[in-house]
Amino acid sequence: MTVFFYIAALIAIFSTIMVITRTNVIHALLYMVVSLLSTAVMFFIIGAPFVAALEIMIYAGAIIVLFVFVIMMLNLGKTAIDQEKKWLAGSGWIVPSVLALILLVEFIYIVWAAPVNPTAGISISPRLVGRSMFSTYLIGVELSAVLLLAGIIGAFHLARKKKHVVHRFLQETEGAEQ
Amino acid sequence: MNMISLNTGLIIAGILFSIGFIGLMIRRNMIFMLLSIEIMMNAAGLAFIFAGSRWAAPDGQIMFIFILTMAAAEVSVGLALVMQLYQKFKTLDTDAASNMRG
Repeated sequence: MTVFFYIAALIAIFSTIMVITRTNVIHALLYMVVSLLSTAVMFFIIGAPFVAALEIMIYAGAIIVLFVFVIMMLNLGKTAIDQEKKWLAGSGWIVPSVLALILLVEFIYIVWAAPVNPTAGISISPRLVGRSMFSTYLIGVELSAVLLLAGIIGAFHLARKKKHVVHRFLQETEGAEQ
Repeated sequence: MNMISLNTGLIIAGILFSIGFIGLMIRRNMIFMLLSIEIMMNAAGLAFIFAGSRWAAPDGQIMFIFILTMAAAEVSVGLALVMQLYQKFKTLDTDAASNMRG
């Protein structure tokens, strides 16, 4: 099982690197699905089958599909890919990447030098998760319900098409405003 | 016996988080920035799951479910903003919306 875990971790890291270096958005999204699936494999091996199923259903199944739908509605063409290529060809990515990598190396060194903490290796059943969620963390569930409601209202309000005022006198000022 | 240690899990989560962070800094396309934020939240959730697995407690998984909820709400609002940006400026470049004149 340990070998499978490391294989899944390598696939996750590789496909995540591919996500941030693609120029085509759809390719990046497909790599993102691969990354999420391998993360789900890691969850399953470490002993969290319920969360592995949720990762596949909600992240890979709902959130990424939402991205795909929005890209379908935007109808991006070849020019967008060319523009991405032009932006990525510059050297602006070197300095932030090096700084972030230095921080990452420090983090890895600190965690590596710490005493080894073995995981329990026990699979935690959905029954335990549900019981704890609706007793100890009940207030969190209520708050996330409120957050989702705010998300629905915000998305509806923002994505609504503004009513376009077409009037022969107002047309010019509207054009100038853009 | 399970040989996967919490240290390994935290290192993997850190690597994924920093990849997402680099992506957030080097891309100018708004959809890629949202994707990078997703990667970062996923990495944080991974760290929670590993920490929960260390003590065989369900708390880490519950925190991951909350992170999932937050990611869903954030993505729905963020994608609505992307559509508004594209309708207004006909580009996904975040620099186009840098001057907030309404």
